[in-house]
Amino acid sequence: MIGSLIFIFIISLGVLPGFSKGADLLIKNGIILTVTKGTLPKGDILILGGIIKQIGENIQAPQGVKVIDASGKYVVPGIIDSHTHIALTGTNESGAAITSEVDMREVLNAEDPSIYNALTGGATMVHTMHGSANPIGGQNITLKLKWGKTSEDMIVPEALRTLKFALGENAKQANMPSLTAARRYPMSRMGVNAIIRRELLKAKNYMQQWDRYLEAKKSKKPPKNLIPPRKDLRMEALAELLRGKMVARCHGYRADEILEFVKLSKELGFKIACFEHASEAFKIAKELAAEGIGISVFLDSWAYKVEASEGIAYNAAYCAQKGILVSINSDGGERMRHLFNDAAKAMKYGGLSEEEALKLITINPAIQLGVDKIVGSLEVGKHGDVAIFNEHPLSAYTRCEMTIIEGETYFDRAQYLKEREEMEKRLKDQKKKGEI
Amino acid sequence: MKKRGIIFSLFFILVVAFIHSPGEEKSSDFRAIKGAHIIPVIGEDIEDGTILIKDGLIEAVGKNLSIPKEAEIIDAKGLFAYPGMIDSYCYLGLTEIGSIQATTDYRETGRINPQVRATEALRPDSMHIPISRSNGITTALVAPSGGLIAGQSGLIRLTGWTADEMIVKTPVAMHMEFPAIVRPGFGREARPSEEISKQIDELKDILNKARFYQKRKEAALKNSLLELPEFDEKLEFLIPVVKGELPVMISVYADKDIRAAIKFVQEENLKAIFFAVTQAWKVAEDIKKSGIPVVFGSLTDMPPSWDDGYDSLYRNPAVLQKAGVKFAFSSQSASSAKDLPYNASKAAAFGLDRKEALKGVTIYPAQIFGVDNIMGSLEKGKVANIVLADGDILELGTNIKRVFIDGKEVDLSNRYTELLEKFKKRE
Repeated sequence: MIGSLIFIFIISLGVLPGFSKGADLLIKNGIILTVTKGTLPKGDILILGGIIKQIGENIQAPQGVKVIDASGKYVVPGIIDSHTHIALTGTNESGAAITSEVDMREVLNAEDPSIYNALTGGATMVHTMHGSANPIGGQNITLKLKWGKTSEDMIVPEALRTLKFALGENAKQANMPSLTAARRYPMSRMGVNAIIRRELLKAKNYMQQWDRYLEAKKSKKPPKNLIPPRKDLRMEALAELLRGKMVARCHGYRADEILEFVKLSKELGFKIACFEHASEAFKIAKELAAEGIGISVFLDSWAYKVEASEGIAYNAAYCAQKGILVSINSDGGERMRHLFNDAAKAMKYGGLSEEEALKLITINPAIQLGVDKIVGSLEVGKHGDVAIFNEHPLSAYTRCEMTIIEGETYFDRAQYLKEREEMEKRLKDQKKKGEI
Repeated sequence: MKKRGIIFSLFFILVVAFIHSPGEEKSSDFRAIKGAHIIPVIGEDIEDGTILIKDGLIEAVGKNLSIPKEAEIIDAKGLFAYPGMIDSYCYLGLTEIGSIQATTDYRETGRINPQVRATEALRPDSMHIPISRSNGITTALVAPSGGLIAGQSGLIRLTGWTADEMIVKTPVAMHMEFPAIVRPGFGREARPSEEISKQIDELKDILNKARFYQKRKEAALKNSLLELPEFDEKLEFLIPVVKGELPVMISVYADKDIRAAIKFVQEENLKAIFFAVTQAWKVAEDIKKSGIPVVFGSLTDMPPSWDDGYDSLYRNPAVLQKAGVKFAFSSQSASSAKDLPYNASKAAAFGLDRKEALKGVTIYPAQIFGVDNIMGSLEKGKVANIVLADGDILELGTNIKRVFIDGKEVDLSNRYTELLEKFKKRE
């Protein structure tokens, strides 16, 4: 009886989210780019239980620990994408302009092949977000790309809770295919700001109603006819933002709309973690640096719409040099597998050093997501989230060889090639036998 | 009074025309690029070499060349000299902002448009052109797309104030979208094959009509007793295609469609170039046998099918090169046309020889478009399209220092640098 109870307990340790203990792994003889603590020309990383226990030279593998030979290869922190929309069964709740009650956690799709695609480019963590159709969209979620595991296993509980806002063309529905189609309010930048203000004022009013109700309830002589205010999930989410339990991640391209949103955040009292896309951030680098607000940008994807038509390739490097916390994002599935190529361009367009360029896809997004204590660089005590490249990750000729999360291998190119070869052989044999 | 006004305006026009024709000065231009590590693409690399440029052409390439006194000396110590890169398919000058149809001119309405010419919609002042040029691209095929027959493409140099100053050669190809069983894009479903064969028949039918039209026209021109056929815009511009004078550049993606396209080209006896060919690696031998060269679309795309493997687009060029297929890279873009070289290096990361990758953006496209006698490598007699860089031009971190097109140095400032400089002033 006791034995079976212990058995069940052990089983549930492995199954319950948050309890999944990482693996043990020793990576040997790699060129280690820690990002925050310099480079080891030839070093080892020991991961035990998913956590980096030791980084150095000539580390001996404890008994039973799997060893990977990374001789001549580059070992870097797993790449983090601060803004994407993968692993979701939906992106936009387009039925209303304000949808803060919507939570991406409830529409996760652990079987989205984009997860695997991202792994092939060394990505280990993503902030997967509501779309930009609404001035106030939904709540976003941070995931580790544990391909093959359940969506619950992928959720990163340490990450900041974030709420999506959107300004400009998408929020005002400027690029809808039909100009005559019935549209909802707002359809101008005036309206976008006004509706955000309206909803947050409403939320303040909602909070006051609850405060007054709770106070009255607590009082020695509560009124007899005391009834609670109506619960409103949309307002609840905004209240969380106003209480500082959530932070805003705001989609905005133009310098002017970004500054207006900064003003709005001060007027209403909420925190902006980061601006998304921020094509024109270089125009207001001074203000963003002073406010301490980061940006999550494309390196050089631009001119696909008017508000993106001044999004110069120098934006990321220039803003980083002005002291703004910059990350490079994919916004989708394809770019996620070559974020390291985009980071390399920040050396050409703006002259960042290799280390500064690597920060744009590792520690900087980790800070933006509030997870820099656990990921974003190779340091003892952090998670064993690692990408291994055959050449320097900022070279155009590089290729990701392996992607590891918490000591477990989720992508292995050698294994992929082996499987491909076997499949090709099988196909050939079948053809020979006339089976296909 | 009126007359004087006319004379004055004529004079004014002449003056303006004179000022605005930088391509016209033909006085003896002599330049020597000295001390560069020369990568001529054809022939061995030359360390500390010299390139002599006279009247826009390469006069000599070598080591220890004697430099004539009148030559302007360009010190290229520590730099690498490459031939200017060629983008084998793009929309440069044909679109500015993707979502704004008003700025976009590479797609005509309707399905059969052999009469349209991309170079006639070319906007020389496009903001995307100087950005590409600043990354070492000196020549580009600007092409129409869409429908079954999209129109004619042209090869342009990435400098000049007017379309005429920019055109190297036009038309270069007639563009066709091959009716596809599987459209490009991850996870797209196959279309019914009857629908496809109907569309292929439609293409064959119009080519047959063009042949008949051409024959009737030629016969009538020889014999005045024969009736001249009514002018037909579509058939008229297909004449060079059916005569085999103008190649067709066929966009085709899936392996099955590539096979069908080879059959189509052979049956119709066309001169062809394939474009996109995302599943060419499955039918590399068939393509090799056909002798048809290929131009890859942008490699920064998802594989067309999950079963192809995550790296199928990346390794496609290596597989075709090993099979002996002639190939070239393209940006397939305007706003990211500057990224052309990184398509070549991505292919090299997945198995393509690095020298072959470089050829895919220089000499191979020149050969495919029939301009290898004038460009694609640093050789005596070719036009002096030269890029001076501080490293490998296919590398992401390399800076392009100076660019020469037809022997003349071009301005490397662009929309990026203009905006950056403007807002730097806020400091």
